[in-house]
Amino acid sequence: MSKKILPLVLGAAMGVAATTAAGATTLEDVKAKGFIQCGVSQGLPGFSNPDAQGNWTGLDVDLCRAMAAAVFGDASAVKFTPLSAKERFTALQSGEVDVLSRNTTWTMSRDTQLGLNFAGVNYYDGQGFMVRKDLGVTSALELSGASVCTNTGTTTELNVADYFRANNMPYEIVAFEKADEVVAAYDAGRCDVYTTDASGLYAQRLKLTNPGDHMVLPEIISKEPLGPVVRQGDDEWFNVAKWTLNAMINAEELGVTSENVDNMKSSDNPSVKRMLGVEGAFGEGIGLSNDWAYNIIKNVGNYEETFNANVGPDTPLGISRGVNALWSNGGFLYAPPIR
Amino acid sequence: MANSDTFQIRTEEAPLLPAPVSTTGVIGWMRKNLFSSISNTILTIIGIWLAYSIIAPFIQFAFVDAVWTGENREACLPQDGGHSGACWAYVEAYFPQFIYGRYPTDQTWRVDIVFALFALLLVPLAIPSAPFKRTNAILFLVVLPIVSYFLLTGLVIGGAVVLPIVETAVWGGLLVTMVIAVTGIVASLPLGIALALGRRSKMPIIKLVSIIFIEFWRGVPLITVLFMSSVMLPLFLPEGVTFDKLLRVLIGVTLFSAAYMAEVVRGGLQAIPKGQYEGAMALGLRFWPMMYLIILPQALKLVIPGIVNTFIGLFKDTTLVLIVGMFDLLGQIQSSFTDPTWSTPSQGHTGYLFAAIVFFVFCFGMSRYSIFMEKKLHTGHKR
Repeated sequence: MSKKILPLVLGAAMGVAATTAAGATTLEDVKAKGFIQCGVSQGLPGFSNPDAQGNWTGLDVDLCRAMAAAVFGDASAVKFTPLSAKERFTALQSGEVDVLSRNTTWTMSRDTQLGLNFAGVNYYDGQGFMVRKDLGVTSALELSGASVCTNTGTTTELNVADYFRANNMPYEIVAFEKADEVVAAYDAGRCDVYTTDASGLYAQRLKLTNPGDHMVLPEIISKEPLGPVVRQGDDEWFNVAKWTLNAMINAEELGVTSENVDNMKSSDNPSVKRMLGVEGAFGEGIGLSNDWAYNIIKNVGNYEETFNANVGPDTPLGISRGVNALWSNGGFLYAPPIR
Repeated sequence: MANSDTFQIRTEEAPLLPAPVSTTGVIGWMRKNLFSSISNTILTIIGIWLAYSIIAPFIQFAFVDAVWTGENREACLPQDGGHSGACWAYVEAYFPQFIYGRYPTDQTWRVDIVFALFALLLVPLAIPSAPFKRTNAILFLVVLPIVSYFLLTGLVIGGAVVLPIVETAVWGGLLVTMVIAVTGIVASLPLGIALALGRRSKMPIIKLVSIIFIEFWRGVPLITVLFMSSVMLPLFLPEGVTFDKLLRVLIGVTLFSAAYMAEVVRGGLQAIPKGQYEGAMALGLRFWPMMYLIILPQALKLVIPGIVNTFIGLFKDTTLVLIVGMFDLLGQIQSSFTDPTWSTPSQGHTGYLFAAIVFFVFCFGMSRYSIFMEKKLHTGHKR
């Protein structure tokens, strides 16, 4: 018995890293097992959070569903693994998840040093400020002398310090350990300003006694481009992730929605034809069927639809498109054409 | 004896006067117990004030201001700027998830059956006068775990899906809490008894092993055990050998509480006078019959409070599984706080209040049952 166990244990000790890399490509793996394992947050309102029925919803979740639709033509062929901020990269590196769609900021060190690739940006976030409307402040530059509520020991705190110092404004930090405590303190009037990532501000505003009495200031003091992440060195799968996102953005630009996608198949616009697989064989180029983009749009929708369904003005979060609008509408979203 | 007509002989008893009003009834009780001295009066007033200032806001929050029905957060938003009460509508909407976690909705009847079987078998087992104890115990301890295992995880016979497989990763809520607590409780008691006997054994190896086991598991925090079992253990296993996360937690929790149980039982064993052992040996009983018939029944009865204490501690410790990514009742409630559909200022308070109520019901139930058993078994020890 011991003769058999020893090599196994030794093999495990040495082979942990090797076996994941030596296996088939992620796309082949995914096709073989029949679903995508998607790493999401443990709960970030509007981006990835379970609803009352236990289904995962959110902008990041919809991206994973879109990838499943592209690969299988079935947006439900995806399983979600909630990951903490600490374990997210390890989970992706070790192959526990196939794609990490977890409001992860694209930074140089993450992109280059962790063996990961960012497949694009599905939400441009940044640190913002929330104040009471009756404070009469319309710009963050008027916040001189303000007390600022924030979380302890995060980059948020450092960003605030940098910003106020750069603009020669005195300020006072009121820091708490947990997000809930920060909100409660701000709600109780212990500070004038509440700062965190803008998407978080909108989510936390819902927990205030009178959300309508508060406003988010227009200034954004840090760059937080959030996007899906895949393992480095697997270009086939990287392409699938990248072009799933691009297809959703292109679909919005071309006016293709989940409702009109069937009619759009007979559109005269060559761009639409190429995207929906009526012309050309672009799907085969990334190892999928040619109706990959059709499946994404039909099953999940274009970027605008997922944005509006999860974080848009009609949801409790009520986030406006802002910089996340298409480039043609004054935002940052710009996808390379399908050609 | 002269002048006998001045004698007055009472032929009937003097009428019984009622006790003074100030010593009877509610007033008397209050004078005696609440206002017997100045210091007691002050204490009483402080007590009433404290009780009022805690209970009144609680009732205000949980009942008076509470919102009982609603579709989404709109219903639970504070009216005209004041603080709103508990948002029970949110608990109602999330109730299935608090019970089953993310167990597939069309399969939750399987969980219901397990809960029902558990209750049906536990109640007669817990009532001392109910018949068929032996059959009942076998059903509860042998048949129920097997049936529950297949009901909860699924059953596939030769490729035919009888019950669809449900991964433990989607289990959650009260289901996970109960599975961990019940498995831990049922498995740790016999293991703990064995360890306690082992520690008192005269056989050196058994004694040493028992001591090392007990001291090791008592020497590490449960969080460490859970963390090691979910983060370190996979590194030691050969590639491809996966070990279900829930199973790892179950083993960790069981071994951990068995060590505590062993020390509780050992306390009981030490309280048994030597004469009991000698008497048993004089009757010609060997080790196991002696333990089974004479020593353990007395020892276990003595330590019922300690055993139940460990059980209650174990039940509450199940909430720690959150750190290894399992969603027990509390974890499921906390995860629901991130749903923007229901996020209101009172959401957090309501969720925690619900968790507190559920945990209290279970722990208080166990506590009362242990007192009931103590009273029933108090033969000869009651003072």
